[in-house]
Amino acid sequence: MWDYSDKVKEHFFNPKNAGAVVDANATGEVGSISCGDALRLTLKVDDESEVILEAGFQTFGCGSAIASSSVLTEIIKGMTLDEALKVTNQDIADHLEGLPPEKMHCSVMGREALQAAIANYRGEEWKDDHEEGALICKCFAIDAVMIEEMVWANKLRTVEDVTNFTKAGGGCAACHEDIEAILEKVLAEKGEKFDPTAAPVAAPEKVAAVKAPLTNLQRIKKIEEVLESLRPALMADGGDVELVEVIGNTAYVNMTGACNGCQMAAMTIAGIQQRLMEVMGEFIKVVPASEMAKLVNIEVA
Amino acid sequence: MTDIYLDNNATTKVDPAVVDVMIPYFLEQYGNPSSIHKFADGVARGLKQARQQVQALIGAEHDSEIIFTSCGTESNSTAILSAIKAQPNKKEIITTMVEHPAILSLCDYLEKEGYTIHRMPVDKAGRLNVESYKKLLSDQVAIVSVMWANNETGTIFPVAEMAEMANAAGVMFHTDAVQAVGKIPMMLQDTKIDMLSLSGHKLHAPKGIGVLYLRRGTRYRPLLRGGHQERGRRAGTENSASIVGLGKACELALEHIEYENTKVKAMRDRLERGITEEIPHCFVTGDMYNRLPNTTDIAFEYIEGESILMLLNKAGIAASSGSACTSGSLEPSHVMRAMDIPYTAAHGTIRFSFSRYNTMHEVDEVLKVMPGIVATLRKLSPYWSGDGPVANPEQAFAPTYS
Repeated sequence: MWDYSDKVKEHFFNPKNAGAVVDANATGEVGSISCGDALRLTLKVDDESEVILEAGFQTFGCGSAIASSSVLTEIIKGMTLDEALKVTNQDIADHLEGLPPEKMHCSVMGREALQAAIANYRGEEWKDDHEEGALICKCFAIDAVMIEEMVWANKLRTVEDVTNFTKAGGGCAACHEDIEAILEKVLAEKGEKFDPTAAPVAAPEKVAAVKAPLTNLQRIKKIEEVLESLRPALMADGGDVELVEVIGNTAYVNMTGACNGCQMAAMTIAGIQQRLMEVMGEFIKVVPASEMAKLVNIEVA
Repeated sequence: MTDIYLDNNATTKVDPAVVDVMIPYFLEQYGNPSSIHKFADGVARGLKQARQQVQALIGAEHDSEIIFTSCGTESNSTAILSAIKAQPNKKEIITTMVEHPAILSLCDYLEKEGYTIHRMPVDKAGRLNVESYKKLLSDQVAIVSVMWANNETGTIFPVAEMAEMANAAGVMFHTDAVQAVGKIPMMLQDTKIDMLSLSGHKLHAPKGIGVLYLRRGTRYRPLLRGGHQERGRRAGTENSASIVGLGKACELALEHIEYENTKVKAMRDRLERGITEEIPHCFVTGDMYNRLPNTTDIAFEYIEGESILMLLNKAGIAASSGSACTSGSLEPSHVMRAMDIPYTAAHGTIRFSFSRYNTMHEVDEVLKVMPGIVATLRKLSPYWSGDGPVANPEQAFAPTYS
């Protein structure tokens, strides 16, 4: 069975705000019944202030889907719609004290239901723009669809390429056979043949790992260096990243271009954080700069 | 209340009598069976007895037809790879859509290597069409591999009849009987089955021990080459303690086979009847009139299986589910999909599988909590409203794919 946190269990066994909100004025329905997880989120929004007065969920799904739905309703109650739109799937996962990689999509579903409900309230059409594939890399929660897209977009040819661009396969390496199968398939579609000994394509520049403890200045320089090395991959997707501030072990970044508001942003941030920790050999937390004021205040208090 | 274990198709408790016969092989007779000294002088006898105990349970003609392996999966891989290596000109394999991954993943792999795989479909009750099977048999087929009984629904396939047909067409026949051995009587010497896989841990022996039955005269190529163990057909030092344990477990299974088909079946039937009578919108999957006596697989509509299992687990009850979430995949069980069970039900399937260690009292305990668990989750379900499903559930709730 999954290693669920106590928080997930708490929200599953005693879900908050279950059921539809009476006289709701916003509804979001997302999920996939073939995958076995689907969620209807209903909100009662104050028309004057746009504050979410009530939130209720109805979920068909597993323990973590129900827990993600429940915690989501708790997070957003009392927020304005604009504040609620800033809630990321990572926020949902963090409130649950983490989710297994196979279950991260439950938190994504929560965030998407929220976006769909807000779009519904505002009379906009909400469109889902990502397709979920089978989970390939369990270390970094990368699915087949994402790998395929990266292989297409960046003309990747080897497992090493895939790891450089997506992080998939960069952990325990058990998924390398599956990554090779994806490469074989995509390359065949392009009329090429997979060659495991092919030279890697334009690998993002490797940054040498550091050994000794860092001064703050060295840390900032190193973080910049690592971000610089990751930018080509982000830019290939039409996005970018910039360093805003470093406070202690926390790096505040701005995800710009296509990364801004992309639902993969949280995952990308997690990837950047992982890469930073690998190079710097110390714990680094990467946080969107939008959360800076909030966190700094907490630190001061 | 003590915990209730109804997940015996996943694995079973080791019978204490099995543990008893194993212990001397760890502490006294721990010598290598091939050695010539007193630490090993009883091992060969122990292995021989175990071989005969397995032989008796499956009705093999000779005890030398029993090859000990490490598990059911190894037996399955050995059987199929042996058949294709021994007959390199035959490039087709016949199997079913509802086999265990131990067969299906291997076939997927062989397909990439250029083999043609015929995966026979099943009907809504999980049954095969024997007529269309007959049409697939040809001199191009290296091996037919069809499970004796399905692990999820317990549905039994007519393997003896299918083996006759394969034999008449000159095609080798293998059956994955991991779920069937010990639950239904068998007499392999009266059949044309060439190879059969069984697994110790499904019948109260330990994990890590299996058997490949290989009919005398069947052309064979070993998977593992090395020493002379198992007459050179499966090299590697014998897992003597587990082999002796498996022998004892087979002896006990044979003794209990009537109990399995009367008392155990009665517990299963009572649970199944109780649940389907008490709880609306649920149904039994598979072939109700032709299945293992210990298994029932029930689909609870409009709720999801992992959630059910978590609430059952909280109540001290262990079962399993065919939902996607329990395995971390994107689709519910391939067995449910093959039977065309709709997604809203397939994700809510729960398999209860009994053993001789269960009691009627336990059945009553499960019946006490099950309706409440289902009702709790349906209250959360977007497909449910009050006492029943919403009208036109599929239209009333049509989420955007995400």
